[in-house]
Amino acid sequence: MLDPSRDVDGIGDLLVVDGRIEAAGGTLQGPDGCEMQDASGLVVAPGLVDLHVHFREPGGEHKETIATGARAAAAGGFTTVWTMPNTDPPIDDPAAVGFVRAEGERAGGARVMPIGAASVGLSGERMTEVGEMVAAGAVAVSDDGHPIWNAGLLRRLLEYTQTFGIPVLQHSEVRELAGFGVMNEGKVSTALGLRGQPNAAEAAMVARDIQLAELTGGHLHVCHVSARQTVEQLRLARERGLRVTSEVTPHHLALTETAVRGYRTEAKMNPPLRTEEDREAVRRALVDGVIDVIATDHAPHHYEEKEREFDDAPFGIVGLETALGLAMCELVEPGHLSLAGLVDRMSCSPARIMGIDAGTLRPGSPADIVLFDPGERWTVEPEAFLSRSRNTPFRGRELTGRVHVTLVGGVERYRRRAPDEAA
Amino acid sequence: MTDAAPPGAGLGKDLVGLEGLTGDQIRTILDTAEPFKEISERRIKKVPVLRGKTIVNLFFEPSTRTRISFEFAEKRLSADTVNISATGSSVQKGETLVDTARTLEAMRIDMVVMRHGSSGAARFLADRIPSNVINGGDGQHEHPTQALLDLLTLRDRFGELDGLKVCIVGDILHSRVARSNIWGLLKVGAEVAVCGPRTLIPLGIEELGVSVFGRVEEAIEWSDALYVLRLQLERMKAGFIPSVREYNRVFGVSAERLERAKEALVVLHPGPMNRGVEIDSDVADGPRSVILPQVTNGVAVRMAVLYLLAGGRPDAAEAAKQGET
Repeated sequence: MLDPSRDVDGIGDLLVVDGRIEAAGGTLQGPDGCEMQDASGLVVAPGLVDLHVHFREPGGEHKETIATGARAAAAGGFTTVWTMPNTDPPIDDPAAVGFVRAEGERAGGARVMPIGAASVGLSGERMTEVGEMVAAGAVAVSDDGHPIWNAGLLRRLLEYTQTFGIPVLQHSEVRELAGFGVMNEGKVSTALGLRGQPNAAEAAMVARDIQLAELTGGHLHVCHVSARQTVEQLRLARERGLRVTSEVTPHHLALTETAVRGYRTEAKMNPPLRTEEDREAVRRALVDGVIDVIATDHAPHHYEEKEREFDDAPFGIVGLETALGLAMCELVEPGHLSLAGLVDRMSCSPARIMGIDAGTLRPGSPADIVLFDPGERWTVEPEAFLSRSRNTPFRGRELTGRVHVTLVGGVERYRRRAPDEAA
Repeated sequence: MTDAAPPGAGLGKDLVGLEGLTGDQIRTILDTAEPFKEISERRIKKVPVLRGKTIVNLFFEPSTRTRISFEFAEKRLSADTVNISATGSSVQKGETLVDTARTLEAMRIDMVVMRHGSSGAARFLADRIPSNVINGGDGQHEHPTQALLDLLTLRDRFGELDGLKVCIVGDILHSRVARSNIWGLLKVGAEVAVCGPRTLIPLGIEELGVSVFGRVEEAIEWSDALYVLRLQLERMKAGFIPSVREYNRVFGVSAERLERAKEALVVLHPGPMNRGVEIDSDVADGPRSVILPQVTNGVAVRMAVLYLLAGGRPDAAEAAKQGET
């Protein structure tokens, strides 16, 4: 049993009653007739929490629905996911937030928590009804996919959201610098003749936004950090004690811009894959705690949309079902992070920074639990994903660490079938 | 066609770019072009080398000289050719590139020459159809036959490419011609520099093994050959340069500037030229210009590429040309 939220790392029993953790640790005696689950050989940990996913419903159901996304999340060991509002139409009013909530509850996968749009229609102009959306179940606001480019609007959002105690999630990108860049700007973009986005497009926006966080005292969460210069800005913010948190994706920890060579659209994402220096910088920042969490930026796209010229293919890759295995390979196996450290970055820390009731096995908490084998090696076969989309650059890659069972509120939401049951 | 030859002397199925070729492969193409030069000088400009082969010239971007040069090369080798341009084709009706490719393939063609506005489009097509694909320019990526004809022209003039100093002047950022020339020249042992306003020099270019001149005067003094690129006038509207007038004043290649050049310096240009912008007429039409020989060599180089990709042996080109197939 591994619960970094309480410094627990040892063998013990876990008792769940009525969807909540009743007791954890030592030898426990359940009530008569209680269901037993043997987890020997597996790690029992608080369920993973992903603060950044895109389920495409409404409008893009051929890529992902809330139901398929929530089940893919459970298969990846996630018990809570925060969904971005850039659907079509966007989630920018309380009715839309309520729709996502309701579909999430029906889905029978991970808990689905909607992020509301920061601006009406994601246009970056007028603030949404933040309070109404929170009342309908929104947990944060963001215009992700687009930056909140208007500094005045971001300032007001960082002020206004404080009433509701929710963060503003920012996709940091100075559009005039990112231009129509489709990959990182540098040697590889020069060789491939593709338009590039410089690191400065991200870091300059983060530098600006940190000033606004300082001015307002609001909670700024920086999405998908990719550039080493951004890490330097976040370090400054941390030293100044500001309410600035951030995330990094598994793919920015695992890959560099060279993955784009051959015009591989499955390696096209925004922010783009950067250089080895950047990759090392974001990894170190995650280990040091300058970057708080791993988030997948799960971005499903249909096969046909990616099967085209690089310039015209959409940004993004799926990530829910490979996140744990990639993080194990990139962080735990090479010794950068302990297993407890990993569970912290993928479960306890996201719950802690967002103040949600998750990421712990403390008695009284919801029984959101993942059982995984940290040593099991497996090969990524996108055809086996529960997600509706298969757009991953990790096809055929061997990963370590595999989810066996995911419980949400004590209810089994995923169980890996043994190979002989697969048919 | 000679049988049992290694297809295309080891060029592989396609010619997508020069980045993936070796210096030897490039020299083989240039050597193979030599015997083909003479065909265009004959009264009857036709040999049966590609008789029975079907070639599609698929042009998604407007092009005059590249398309015509390929078409002459194909026709003088007796191939059957079809030209498709984006205007008026199913492409305008929203057909995807992969569907266009499969449709062509279903008609049992042998080769495709493609010009496309997106970098990587040639690779994309080549990976999806069994026909030979020749890149006639893809976005800002590569234009390999242009660079090959440039190399042939320089070799004609200097005899040797190894150690030759070539500076490419102008909009390097958006130029597929620059990229193909950089790869090609480096692989055959030339020294390569680029020169232009810093806004039009891509980041990381030095890492390709290229030096950068900020002033065209310095570039001229250093060079054995000056490769002047066309300045797309839309670059001004996009804010890369303040005005065409200023570009000419700072980077324009004029006879006056060339007074400081080496005696043997030659000037190349891929065409079409903006006279009075990147190059002055007295240079374009002057004794240092090899711009028209470039055009002539274009047909021979493209014949060589077609011949090699169709499976022709480099050492059999002379015989094949005589009709001994």
